[in-house]
Amino acid sequence: MSVEILSRLQFAGTVMFHYLFPPLTIGLGLIMVLLEFQWLRTRDMAWNRAARFWTRIFALNFALGVATGIVMEFEFGTNWAAYSRFVGDVFGSALAAEGIFAFFLESGFLAVLVFGWDRVGPKMHFFSSLMVWFGGMFSAVWIVVANSWQQTPAGYHIVQQNVHGKITHRAEITDFWAMVLNPSSVDRLSHVLIGSMILGAFFVMSICAFYILRNRHLDFAKRCFPIALVVGAIFSLMALVSGHSNAQMVAANQPAKLAAFEGHFRTGPAALTLFGWPDGESETIHAGVELPGMLSWLIHADTKADVTGLDAFPEDERPPLWLSFQAYHLMVALGIFFIALTLGALPLLKGGRLYRMRPLLWVFVFAVLGPIVANQAGWVAAEVGRQPWVVYPSEQDGVSMMGLRTTDGLSESVEAGHVLWSIVMFGAIYLLLFAVWVFVLNEKIRHGPASEAPPEKTPGGDGFLAVSGAHVEPGGALLIDRESDA
Amino acid sequence: MQETYAIIWFGLLGVLLIGYTILDGFDFGVGILHPLAKSDRDRRVLMNSIGPLWDGNEVWLVTFGGALFAAFPDAYATVFSAFYVPFMLLLVALIFRAVSLEFRSKMKFGRWRGIWDWGFFGSSLLAAFLLGAAGGRTMLGIRLDNAMRAEVGLMDWLHPIPLLVGAMTVALFAMHGAIFLLLKTDGELRETVRGWAKTAFACFAALYVVVTIIVVVMAPRATAIFDMHPAFWIVPALNLLAVANIPRALHNGSPHYAFFSSSCTIAALAFLFATAMFPNLVVSTTNPAWSITLFNGCSSEKTLKLMLIIACIGMPFVLAYTATVYWVFRGRVQLDEASY
Repeated sequence: MSVEILSRLQFAGTVMFHYLFPPLTIGLGLIMVLLEFQWLRTRDMAWNRAARFWTRIFALNFALGVATGIVMEFEFGTNWAAYSRFVGDVFGSALAAEGIFAFFLESGFLAVLVFGWDRVGPKMHFFSSLMVWFGGMFSAVWIVVANSWQQTPAGYHIVQQNVHGKITHRAEITDFWAMVLNPSSVDRLSHVLIGSMILGAFFVMSICAFYILRNRHLDFAKRCFPIALVVGAIFSLMALVSGHSNAQMVAANQPAKLAAFEGHFRTGPAALTLFGWPDGESETIHAGVELPGMLSWLIHADTKADVTGLDAFPEDERPPLWLSFQAYHLMVALGIFFIALTLGALPLLKGGRLYRMRPLLWVFVFAVLGPIVANQAGWVAAEVGRQPWVVYPSEQDGVSMMGLRTTDGLSESVEAGHVLWSIVMFGAIYLLLFAVWVFVLNEKIRHGPASEAPPEKTPGGDGFLAVSGAHVEPGGALLIDRESDA
Repeated sequence: MQETYAIIWFGLLGVLLIGYTILDGFDFGVGILHPLAKSDRDRRVLMNSIGPLWDGNEVWLVTFGGALFAAFPDAYATVFSAFYVPFMLLLVALIFRAVSLEFRSKMKFGRWRGIWDWGFFGSSLLAAFLLGAAGGRTMLGIRLDNAMRAEVGLMDWLHPIPLLVGAMTVALFAMHGAIFLLLKTDGELRETVRGWAKTAFACFAALYVVVTIIVVVMAPRATAIFDMHPAFWIVPALNLLAVANIPRALHNGSPHYAFFSSSCTIAALAFLFATAMFPNLVVSTTNPAWSITLFNGCSSEKTLKLMLIIACIGMPFVLAYTATVYWVFRGRVQLDEASY
């Protein structure tokens, strides 16, 4: 296989694995902040125990997010050197801002959040959890800005360089705020954040529903579930609004991408295809169900309006059709499901009727897979749909600017064998990590939150962190059971 | 103006590199020393001494990478693609370090902990060695062609300078980590750690002498700056003073002073590395004119200026958080419910 295919596979694989963790971190962060706020407000230790439980799960996710995130920063240079040379000047300031504003904030306060329960006061602890949550969102801001700039570039120009007689081009920034607030930044960022909050809410609901079904930790589960359900319902509705806005934005800025999303072949009034099997060869959608004129109406508020089709673009500027279409449709379908499920469940909270509906609780246990898949599918649609461009061509002040094709972004000096070796290596490691993550997560869920007793007096934190039976004597000195010495 | 900004960014990258090596240096050191601790409790103390800190320390590397990408995209692209294999291994090491710390104490049974003990040790050792080796190879230069491309093969790594600088870095970090542990442990363990610190110092001192000789002999360009600017001799002189201070401070029982000295040693070595490179970022061994320098490899004036503004706004916050976290977690390690 070629270096290009391998490098693309490697980037897709590593970034998708990484993306299991950040949205969960951001989403759980919100729940944690809300629980700690409840604790601060009421001083009821039950809220504190609940917050501690989610904090531990949060920390596990965070560590994996950090460990897998640094890979991408290296891959830009290792596998995509030509791309790095082209975008470095623009992309760089966003990346630098991410490091300075987001990562330090997150990792600094994370230490206080996870290890500082007994070292700082409740207010400082609440502040720390707020800062960690903000840090997570800030990092989303800068990375989504950088990605959005590549999709809808703005605030730059292309500069020709002569390197020892060889002509190269690169993008250079001309207007920082135009770069940051490029046409797609706000829409895409809000959609990413909303998707994260939905995942956080569904994750919490899944574990709580499981406890209720097993008749364990009922007080904890019934405290957290309603909060998560309300958060889930609000953000599921917001995802609909933001999704619609995104589709209009894509239609205006990346019409080829929208045409691939919707399987719209010929420019003209467009139907909305609910599902189907697009076939680029025959330019038809097999087994599709369509609402005539609906796509035109959604985008232009007129069922007769023209929507640009794939035929408006030369063959070598069209994105892969099938994957863009299916990933996009999967995301949308899941989004509708989230709205239906959360809005349907909300009224059942009254009088705790929901907690007696076992089949529905089982749906909630497994529904957490929905937002995980939807977040991944959304990015697959966004990234496959922008092909063949890694940086879109654009027009700035009437001057057309060259884009950069993915195939032109590769490292010049990397061999296919090396890339293949690194894919195998990452594949093996990530598989192992995934297995261990699921295993440890499962253990944590099995042990559950600390019981009624104040956590300080619970030997080994309910055994849950498996702190080898560390326990605190009344005097405060710490003893460790020797038997656990390995 | 662009040249001035480029020089400022070269300096700031140096600051980030020094910050990273001092901070993550003791994390790696603790990892390298980890198997020497025999009981499970001691191992947990070691892990928890860096527990709240390693994550923030790694961010210095992320920021260094981001700043290099942003300020000198050509140098970033060339070095990262040329060092493909060692950098992939470095990533693996960093991943394993993180998850070994995170997972080890989650289960009680011995084999589980044994696996992650090895993961923690192996990844710390590998990362320290690779960082040193990459520094050594960069100082020596690579076969760069006229289009800023270079292929670096296995034979380029099996050269005395990368290998010895890698080994020296391992010893340096082990020493730094042991001294850090003197600040974080007490009782019997602390006495054991004192022994590690002395041994690690001896290893480092020996390798330091060897590396100095071999660099002067095999890479004379690295010391050219001293002929041009004799005032720079102050740095190796101060470095020697700092190195000599370490055993004295250990002997006198003032670990804070020893830690300060070993931090100064790391800073001085990083500084010497920077002066050996200046004004190059990537040295071409094929034709010196093809080297990537601060000036032909930097971003536009506007970007460099913007990043400087971002850094000026952000750095006070970063220093404030870092100081806060170190203050909150000052003193000896105490294992509690939230510990690893």
